[in-house]
Amino acid sequence: MFELLTYQQYWWFLVALLGGLFAFMTFVQGGQTLLNTLAKNEDEKSIIIASLGRKWELTFTTLVMFGGALFAAFPLLYAVSFGGAYFVWMAILFCFIVQAVSYEYRLKPNNFLGQKTYEVFLFINGSVGIILIGVALGTFYTGGNFIKNDMNLSSWVNPSYGLEAILNPFNVALGMSIFFISRTQASLYFINNIEHKEIVARAKKQLRVDASLFLAFFILTAVMLLLLSGVEYNNDTFKVVENKFLQNLLELPLLIITLLLGVLLVLYALYITLMKDSDKGIWFFGIGTIVTITTILSLIGFNNTAIYPSLVDLGSSLTIENSSGSLYTLEVMSIVSLAVPMVITYIFFVWRSMDKEKITEDEVLSDSHHY
Amino acid sequence: MEDTLLVDWSRAQFALTALYHWLFVPLTLGLSFIIAIMETIYVKTGNIVWKEITKFWMTLFAINFAIGLATGIIMEFEFGTNWSNYSWIVGDIFGAPLAIEGIMAFFMESTFFAIMFFGWDKVSKKMHLISTWLVAIGSNLSALWILVANGWMQHPTGMKFNVDTARFEMESFWDVVFNPTAYSKFLHTIGSGYVMGSLFVVGISAYYLLKNKDVVKAKKSIVVGATFGLITSMFLILSGDESAHQVAQHQPVKLAAMEGLYHGHERASIVAIGQLNPEKEIGDHTPEFTWSLEVPYALSILGFHDMNAFVPGINELVYGDKEKGIEPAKDKIAKGKIAIEALKNYKAAKKIKEDGKAQEYLATFREYEQYFGYGYLKDEKDIIPNVAITFYSFHVMVGLGSWFLALFFFILYFSMINKLESKRLLLWSALYSIPLGYVAGEMGWIVAEVGRQPWAIQDMLPVGMATSQLSVGAVQLTFWMFATIFTALLIAEVKIMFTQVKKGMEEH
Repeated sequence: MFELLTYQQYWWFLVALLGGLFAFMTFVQGGQTLLNTLAKNEDEKSIIIASLGRKWELTFTTLVMFGGALFAAFPLLYAVSFGGAYFVWMAILFCFIVQAVSYEYRLKPNNFLGQKTYEVFLFINGSVGIILIGVALGTFYTGGNFIKNDMNLSSWVNPSYGLEAILNPFNVALGMSIFFISRTQASLYFINNIEHKEIVARAKKQLRVDASLFLAFFILTAVMLLLLSGVEYNNDTFKVVENKFLQNLLELPLLIITLLLGVLLVLYALYITLMKDSDKGIWFFGIGTIVTITTILSLIGFNNTAIYPSLVDLGSSLTIENSSGSLYTLEVMSIVSLAVPMVITYIFFVWRSMDKEKITEDEVLSDSHHY
Repeated sequence: MEDTLLVDWSRAQFALTALYHWLFVPLTLGLSFIIAIMETIYVKTGNIVWKEITKFWMTLFAINFAIGLATGIIMEFEFGTNWSNYSWIVGDIFGAPLAIEGIMAFFMESTFFAIMFFGWDKVSKKMHLISTWLVAIGSNLSALWILVANGWMQHPTGMKFNVDTARFEMESFWDVVFNPTAYSKFLHTIGSGYVMGSLFVVGISAYYLLKNKDVVKAKKSIVVGATFGLITSMFLILSGDESAHQVAQHQPVKLAAMEGLYHGHERASIVAIGQLNPEKEIGDHTPEFTWSLEVPYALSILGFHDMNAFVPGINELVYGDKEKGIEPAKDKIAKGKIAIEALKNYKAAKKIKEDGKAQEYLATFREYEQYFGYGYLKDEKDIIPNVAITFYSFHVMVGLGSWFLALFFFILYFSMINKLESKRLLLWSALYSIPLGYVAGEMGWIVAEVGRQPWAIQDMLPVGMATSQLSVGAVQLTFWMFATIFTALLIAEVKIMFTQVKKGMEEH
């Protein structure tokens, strides 16, 4: 129906959107890192865990979906990044394995590892896991140490298999930005979701700290991104272009508008929460996060930009064109993607029906199924 | 040597993940439906006892579900981390079902799970019931898509090889989705999950009856569990028959290994029970079994639905049989090498823009394309999987499956005539059949996956070509890391589960 390039762009947009949705849903991870900061006793911990526990699987599923979309739409990117930056992705997976059991097992009697261990697991997931996801995504801008041969089979030339990405300042800055986004959103979420004076008061106090750090890291990351060199391609030829992402932003005015919109929404959310005592901040901040992250991820997928530059052989760099699925597969997948609005609709209704009343201490402690 | 080690460790890591994952998934598949049935009875009758029963089994379901998710996330990403060549070469076909699984199944499961567990007082009874059913349907839809993907690995269809991108590309989505192997695998796999769920409910309820605890709820649970188990056991046997039929059609080597059949013949029998001759070598004339009990004609009927059908053995499949039209593996390997060379030459000619030459090489490649994967094998005997593992796994699985059918029948019969509580041996058997259910499920996957070796994609892509180019040390490190964490979490799960069961059904 459409040209291959149109599908490739559509799917990069969907991948970027999934990245944005995942960034929003990381309020769960941020909340996990705030467990001991916002809760001062076991009952308060249970309230926070109950609040996050009804959402953690959605975050988990969004991450799985992000991987699934990459695999289906850009199998070469999936193969090169996961098979090459091996240790980074494995460390991320490890952080998510330990999360998956922690909610359910934390308070169960005879749970083998003890409550503290499961809480440490939640903290590791919310901190190391999220920062490493930022680092891994950062490599899409800064590149990886891989080569691919004529058969499109790839190999990583650095024996640290991706761990070297942790030493790149931009990757780390992006990781820290997402970490503080997650914590900022967590406080906003608790303010919206929990009916408990002390927890909400502490969340508001914590919000000032995390929002300040988030803004600092976000500005740093944005400046570094705009100054970063990128790889531009024209058919099979590649060249390094200085300030490539700034150039992309200027040449794609729609992205300037969405970036500004995202940032404004985020600032508005902080304003109404901190100045107007509103509890609706999470929604504005959440939409702002989705729009901003989708925009930032879109910056690499368009305007003839490599989505995964090779640091050792420029010609091996990956683009949405040379790493995508075939036209037929992308067509099929695009038809399937029409089901996404339906999925979002039922998530919306379930979320609303579960959260129409705030979580209270009585509700949590009287529920024999609470986490 | 390094390459072989890398392949072995990559396989070991994937096998470890898959075997652990399969300890938890069957219970999710089966118990979710049993819980949905129990809750339906509650909503229909309004009897609060059924609500308490439902909540009890839900508690156990959640403990199992969490660890299933933990092991499941690794499965998807390991295709990329450890099998990156595979991800590229077949990702155009294999990735789609995985993505569809995410859109259609995972979100359904995870969204309605929240209502199922925390929504009792937040939504209406009917909405809650619908959510419970949707979690069950979501879990089973997830199985559908992953088994469409796995079925395609067993019997690839609906694709072509693109010489320019050097990968297989999807040509017909419907051929992939309606692949008969995928459907027989799906039905057989969910069937095994339903039986596992039933064994779990029946076994734990039997424990309560033996301990004279929560007797009313245990009796009600056991009737639901045994009824569901009896029906699904029959379904499991029927789907197993179709599954074996598909194996005979598309994976004759696997069938021969499943039956320890070295010398093919017409009117082949099935070995009901037996011991493989450990001295047996491919091509020699020593007996296949030291002892065996056989069912005449059964293998011909099972494989080809014809009692006179010829079933090829390992010897014919390796060395060929002109009369039966079976090509020797050696010839296939030689033709595969021609295809590989032709593709290499085609790419080289294209690079220097010699289009005429490129077309000649392309024609050669197309002629031998179907043998392409064979070109990467070193020896003709490489086409045979480990016979002992495949044979014993298959027979243990079949034996246990038959036992489960009998167990459900007797449990249900004695329940109906109200004499179950006095049948203590039967109740103990039900309790100890829970681990046997896990054993049977694992054996089933071992048959499916070990029996497919040396192929990642049957006849097209050997596992040796499919791995990521990593160091052996890197994979060993992550193998032990995952082995440690999965084992620790399994111990935690079992301890929690035992404690919850010991607490009884009242406190949930």
